[in-house]
Amino acid sequence: MTTLRLDGVGKTFGRHRALIDISTTFSTGQVAVVLGPNGAGKSTLLGILSTLMQPTTGAVLWGAERMGRDSNMRTAVGYVGHEPGLYGDLTARENLSLFGSLYGIPDVGARVGAMLTRVGLGDVRPDAAARTFSRGMMQRLSLARALMHEPPILLFDEPAAALDPQGADWLTGEIRQERAAGRLVLLVTHDLDAAASVADQLLVLRRGRLTFDETRAGGFAPEAVRSLYQEKTRAGG
Amino acid sequence: MPAASPGWWAQAAQIARKDLRLEWRSREVLFTMTFLATLVVLIFSFAFIAGDDSSLSPSVTAGILWVAVLFSGTVGLSRTFDREREGEAIRSLLLSPVPRSAIYAGKVVATTVLMFMVELIVTPLAAVFFSTTISTHAAWLALLLLLGTIGFAAVGVVFSAGLLRSRSRDVLLSVMLFPIVAPVVMAGARGTSLLLDPATPDMGGALLWTQVLAVAAVVFVTVGLWAFEPVATGE
Repeated sequence: MTTLRLDGVGKTFGRHRALIDISTTFSTGQVAVVLGPNGAGKSTLLGILSTLMQPTTGAVLWGAERMGRDSNMRTAVGYVGHEPGLYGDLTARENLSLFGSLYGIPDVGARVGAMLTRVGLGDVRPDAAARTFSRGMMQRLSLARALMHEPPILLFDEPAAALDPQGADWLTGEIRQERAAGRLVLLVTHDLDAAASVADQLLVLRRGRLTFDETRAGGFAPEAVRSLYQEKTRAGG
Repeated sequence: MPAASPGWWAQAAQIARKDLRLEWRSREVLFTMTFLATLVVLIFSFAFIAGDDSSLSPSVTAGILWVAVLFSGTVGLSRTFDREREGEAIRSLLLSPVPRSAIYAGKVVATTVLMFMVELIVTPLAAVFFSTTISTHAAWLALLLLLGTIGFAAVGVVFSAGLLRSRSRDVLLSVMLFPIVAPVVMAGARGTSLLLDPATPDMGGALLWTQVLAVAAVVFVTVGLWAFEPVATGE
């Protein structure tokens, strides 16, 4: 089992302290869910874990390696956000081929076909631009893009935002599938029920500080997540 | 997991190819830039030409041509980077293992190609409107335009990336970009006017301004390769 360890991570923007002394450990084969109100520092945390931001203090370690700007470390991470991170004027196949090539994946064509089938887009019109896709199809394609290079770490930032219930259910299933495949999955969400349905580890952020961090073998009941969230995001909680 | 990195040059070429393919799909940027550049030339032709004599001094023609390049290039840069902003595609690009300098180089190449295509249309048009002969030193003129365009694109790509998340990016791009690229435009205009002089083309002077543009292009690209990563990631 490989771990992703945050050791006293802090991030400051000018005078604003977005993250303050965050220390925790995430493990492969588990889903960690980060909760917190707007402005709690969730996006900053994802920015640091995805290597797009550098922590002002502390360090992030993937196994024994320090994660930073080194482009090789970026191959360890797959990212699915609420925006698809794709080019609307390219087709699904062209989008995946582009990113597959940039990651140096051998036999990109075969990999693209396999990934499209894997996310249920195997039968889309080959000449259809991605911008013509529904929101749900875009998220499927976004997941395919994030999985193209088989990253051991998968980051989700509000991936179900604006998805219909069916799409949200599909996404929950995918997150479970990636956990079963042995990936480290980190999900940032405002949806407490979705959090309860997948979380092995639950973290709550408030004003840049980690106010709760616990791993439970049996997961978390929806009521427990709700009361924990209310308690830990309250002033003095 | 990936087998091997494709290499810096191959990755830069992939980025450039991607940008040009996106443009080829819609031709939106190309049409907009060509329209704007043509409009600039047309407006000046109405403003400066009176009576039957449509010829202008070479320095005026050169100035009008480079103003058209400046305006159309700025619009092109802005729209090209809108594509990266839509759907946060730039995030996926920055998350990939491609060195940021290769992303920068690819974007400079794509921007230069698009701008140069517009210049290939607008320059003969300006020559017709202003009764100027450009065929005498056509290759040299093309080289001047190409070097100036590389210098412009080298700075423009950095500023456009830095302004991706700014609400007033279109206004700010012009405000920030124009003072920096002003020497390139001035050198380009001077060199072009010396080449266009039908009576006594000053080849020595033209060579000097060509060298100035070449040095500016090298300096701007070098600084851009170094500055793109912190600017694009906001770090």
